[in-house]
Amino acid sequence: MEARTAPAPTAQREAGVPAARGPRDRHRGGSLLDLGLNFYALLALVYLLVPIAVILVFSFNDPRGRFNFIWEEFSLDAWGDPFGVPGIREALVNSIEIAALSTLAATALGTLTALALVRYEFRGRAPINFFIFIPLATPEVVLGAALLSLFLNNAVATGFGTIVIAHIMFSLSFVIITVRSRLIGFDRSLEEAAQDLGATPWQTFRLVTLPLIMPGVLSAALLAFALSVDDFVITNFNAGSTVTFPLFIWGAARVAVPPQIYVIASMIFLFTLAMMLLTVWQQRRAERMAAVRSEPEEA
Amino acid sequence: MAARLRKAGLPYALLIPGLGWLAIFFAIPLLYMLFESLKQGTIDTGFIFNWEFSNYTNALSDFSEQFLRSFEYAGLATLFALIIGYPLAYVIAFRGGRWRNALLLAVIVPFFVTYLIRTLSWETILSDSGFVSDTLRTVGVLSEGGRLLDTTFSVVAGITYNFLPFMILPLYASLERIDPRMLEAGYDLYGRRRDVFLRVTLPLSMPGVVAGTLLTFIPAAGDFINAELLGTPNQYMIGNVIQSRYLEVADYPTAAALSFILMALMLAIVVLWARVAGTEALLGTERERR
Repeated sequence: MEARTAPAPTAQREAGVPAARGPRDRHRGGSLLDLGLNFYALLALVYLLVPIAVILVFSFNDPRGRFNFIWEEFSLDAWGDPFGVPGIREALVNSIEIAALSTLAATALGTLTALALVRYEFRGRAPINFFIFIPLATPEVVLGAALLSLFLNNAVATGFGTIVIAHIMFSLSFVIITVRSRLIGFDRSLEEAAQDLGATPWQTFRLVTLPLIMPGVLSAALLAFALSVDDFVITNFNAGSTVTFPLFIWGAARVAVPPQIYVIASMIFLFTLAMMLLTVWQQRRAERMAAVRSEPEEA
Repeated sequence: MAARLRKAGLPYALLIPGLGWLAIFFAIPLLYMLFESLKQGTIDTGFIFNWEFSNYTNALSDFSEQFLRSFEYAGLATLFALIIGYPLAYVIAFRGGRWRNALLLAVIVPFFVTYLIRTLSWETILSDSGFVSDTLRTVGVLSEGGRLLDTTFSVVAGITYNFLPFMILPLYASLERIDPRMLEAGYDLYGRRRDVFLRVTLPLSMPGVVAGTLLTFIPAAGDFINAELLGTPNQYMIGNVIQSRYLEVADYPTAAALSFILMALMLAIVVLWARVAGTEALLGTERERR
C-alpha cells in the first residue's frame, strides 16, 4: 500500500490538482490502518460524550434512594420541579451573579493588561509575561489556600465578596492570554490611518482598536464566565457560608444526589450547546457568503 | 515633552490595574502562606511565628505517600489522555473536512457540564449495581464482589476524562497548523507513512504535546475531587490532604507547607519540561519578539 501511495502526489500535481490538498486526500484511502484510526477516534469521542449522555438520561430518572445512580423508571417529576430541592435556586443565582461580576472586572482589567503587553516596548515585559503565566501553572488548591491565608491573617470574613475577588484573580491570566493572542496579529497601520485622519487616541481606540479586538475580548469574557460558573476548588476555600452551584453539588454529593442536580446541569448544557451551535451556524453562513463572493476570482 | 512622557507612562498605567490585582490577590497571598507555613501551634493554642522549618520536613515525611500518589495518578492520566487524545486530534485536523467544527464542538461539549457533575456522572456509570459493573461481572472480567468504584482505576479514569479536552485542544491546534506541503515533501521523498509521521508530523506537533501534557498534568496533580468522589482515603492525593488540613482540621502551617512543596514541584516540572521540549511558545514570548 505504501509503495503504491508514495508516487501519487507527483501524478496528482501533474494532473493539475492543488498540492495543498494532497495529504488529506491520500488519507481518505480505505486501508485497514485508516479505518482503525477513524474507529479509534470514534471511540475517543464516545468516551468524551457518554458521561454527558448519562446526565441527560438520568435527569429523567425517578430514583428510589437518595442517590440518583441506578436507573429505576422514566419520570418528568424533576424537570417539572427543577428547583424542588431547598437551596438549589439560591446557589444557582449566587453562581450567576458571581460569574457576571467577576467576568466584567476580569475582562476589563485583562484587556488593558494585554494591550500594554503587546502594543508597547517597555522594560520588564518578559518578567511580567512570566508573572502572568505563574497562576496558570499553580494548582488550584494552592491558589485557593494562599488567598485564604491572606483573608485569615487580615481577619477578612469570607463570603460573596471574597469569592468574586478570587474569581477575578484566577480569570485574569486566562483573559490576558486570550486577548493577547488576538492582538498579536493586529495590523497597526489601521490605527495609524485613523490618527492620520485626525482621530484622537481615545477615538482611535474606541472606533478602530476595540472593534477589531472585540472577538478576542468576547471569547475571553466567555471563558472567564465559564471558568467562574464551573469553579469549585478555589471557591470552596474562600466561600465562607455562601453557597454556589458547584458548592451545593459538593455538599449534596455526600448525603444525596437528587435528579434535580442533573436537570439543572442538563439545562445549562443545552443552553450552552444552543448558543455554540448558533455561533457556529452564523460563522458558516458568513463563510459561505464570503466564498460565494470570491468564487469568480478563484476560478 | 509632556506628551512623550505621557506616552512612556501609558503602558504602565494600563498594566497597573490587572497586575495590581494579581499582586494583591495572588503574589502577596503566597507570602502570607509562606509566613503561615513557618508558624507553630494548633488552632486551640493559637499559632506563633518562629521559623518552624520542621513543618516542611514533617509534611514531606508524613504525606510522602499522597505526594507520590498524586504524581503517579497525574502521570498516568496524562499518558492516557495523550494516547486517547492524539489520534482523535489527528483525525480531526487531517480528516475532519467539513465536520471539523462539529467534531471540535464535541470535544469541548464536556465543558458545558460542571466539573463536579461530570465526576458524579462517572460515579453513576461505575456504580456497583450499574450497567458497566453488571456487564463486566457477567462476562467475568470483574469478580463477583469486584468493584469499579473506589479503586485506583476509577480515580485515574475520572481524572483522565476531566482533563482530556485540555490535551486534545492544543494537540489539534499544533496539528492543524502543519503545512500540508511538509507532509507532501515527505511522501515525495518516498517516506513511508510511518516515517512521515515519526519524522515530520510528530516533531511538528511537539509544541501541542508539551502544552497538552502540562495543561493536563498540572490540574491533575493538584486535583482532589476525583479521589474524593470516585475513590476512598486509600486513593487520596495531596490535594485531599491540603484541603482537609486547611478546611477541616485547621492545621494551617502543615497545609501551607504542603501547598508550597506542591507548587515548587509543579514549577520545577513546568520549567524542566519546557526546557526539554525546547519551546518558549508556552510563555507566549516567542512570537512577540519577532
